[in-house]
Amino acid sequence: MIGSFFTTRFNYILGWARKYSLFHYPYITACCGMEYMSTAASHFDWDRFGTGWTRFSPRQSDMLVVCGTISHKLAPVLRTVYDQMTEPKWVMAFGTCTVSGGIYDNYAVVQGIDRIIPVDIYIPGCPPRPETVLDGLIKLQEKIQKQEQEWRWKKRK
Amino acid sequence: MEKKKVIEELRQKFSEKIKEVTVQFGDEILLIERDSLLDIVQFLKDKPYSYSMLLDLTCVDYKGQEPRFEMVYHLFSIPNIQRLRIKVRLSEKDLQIDSLTSVWKNANWLEREVYDMFGVNFKDHPDLRRIFMYDGFEGHPLRKDFPLRKRQPRIPLRK
Repeated sequence: MIGSFFTTRFNYILGWARKYSLFHYPYITACCGMEYMSTAASHFDWDRFGTGWTRFSPRQSDMLVVCGTISHKLAPVLRTVYDQMTEPKWVMAFGTCTVSGGIYDNYAVVQGIDRIIPVDIYIPGCPPRPETVLDGLIKLQEKIQKQEQEWRWKKRK
Repeated sequence: MEKKKVIEELRQKFSEKIKEVTVQFGDEILLIERDSLLDIVQFLKDKPYSYSMLLDLTCVDYKGQEPRFEMVYHLFSIPNIQRLRIKVRLSEKDLQIDSLTSVWKNANWLEREVYDMFGVNFKDHPDLRRIFMYDGFEGHPLRKDFPLRKRQPRIPLRK
C-alpha cells in the first residue's frame, strides 16, 4: 500500500522532470524550419517551457522535431535517426507535410511520418505559427506528465 | 537586328533541318531535326552569336500525339542579351537524342533529370543514371501515364 504510494509519486516526479527537460533534435527539411527557428529563438523562446537544449546528436535527445516534407528517399534516414534515440523519446510532427503529406500527394512524398515512426504530437499548419507550436508543446508536456514512466529498476507487471 | 540575322543565317546553313520558326513573347522558337542538334547548338554557341549559356533543358510529354515527347532547350546570349528556344520532337519508340555534355557542362545534371523523369536516353552521356529518385524506383514519374497514386517506399510502412 505504502509502496504503491511511493511508486505513484515517483512516477509523477519523473514525469515532471522529463517534461521540463526535453532535449530536442531538430530534423529540418523544409520551410517549417523557419518557424522552428523563430519558435526556438528569443522572441517566442520555447526555452521558457524547458525545451531550450538543442542536441545535434540523436543519442542525447528526448524529442525528435520533424519539420518539413519527408520524401520516400529520405524515409530510411529518418527511421535510423529515430532508432538511434535513447528511451524515453517523443516525436513531434511539425507542420502539415509531416502530419499528412500536405499538398504533396504524389509519388515522392511520405503521406505522414506516422507511416514510418510513431508520433506523439501533431501540429497542423503550413507552416504553423509559433503560438501553435507552443500550444502543441504544452499538450505534449501534459501527455508526458500523465503517461506511465519507465525507469531501470521498475517492477514489470 | 541581331535576332533576325541569326535566324536568317541558320536558315541558310541548315536549310531543311529547321522545320519551323515561331515567335512567342518576343523570343524565337526553333523546331529542328534531331540529328542536327549538336551542329546547330555549336554554331549558336560560337561567335558572333555567343549563345554561350544553357539556361534550362527539359522535356514535355504530349501524350496521345505523335511524336509524343518534345525536348526544349533554353539558350541565352550574354553579350547580345537575347534568348532562344530550341525544340526537338522525339518519338516514343526511338526515345534518344544526342547529349549536350560535350558543349555545356551543366547539361550533365539537367539531362540526368530528364532521364529520371521522362526516360529519354542521351547518347554519349558520361554518367546517365537517376538523379532525384532512388535506386530501384520503377517508371518515370513525370510521364502522363505514370499512375497518380503509385507509391514505392524504400522501407516497409507502418499500419
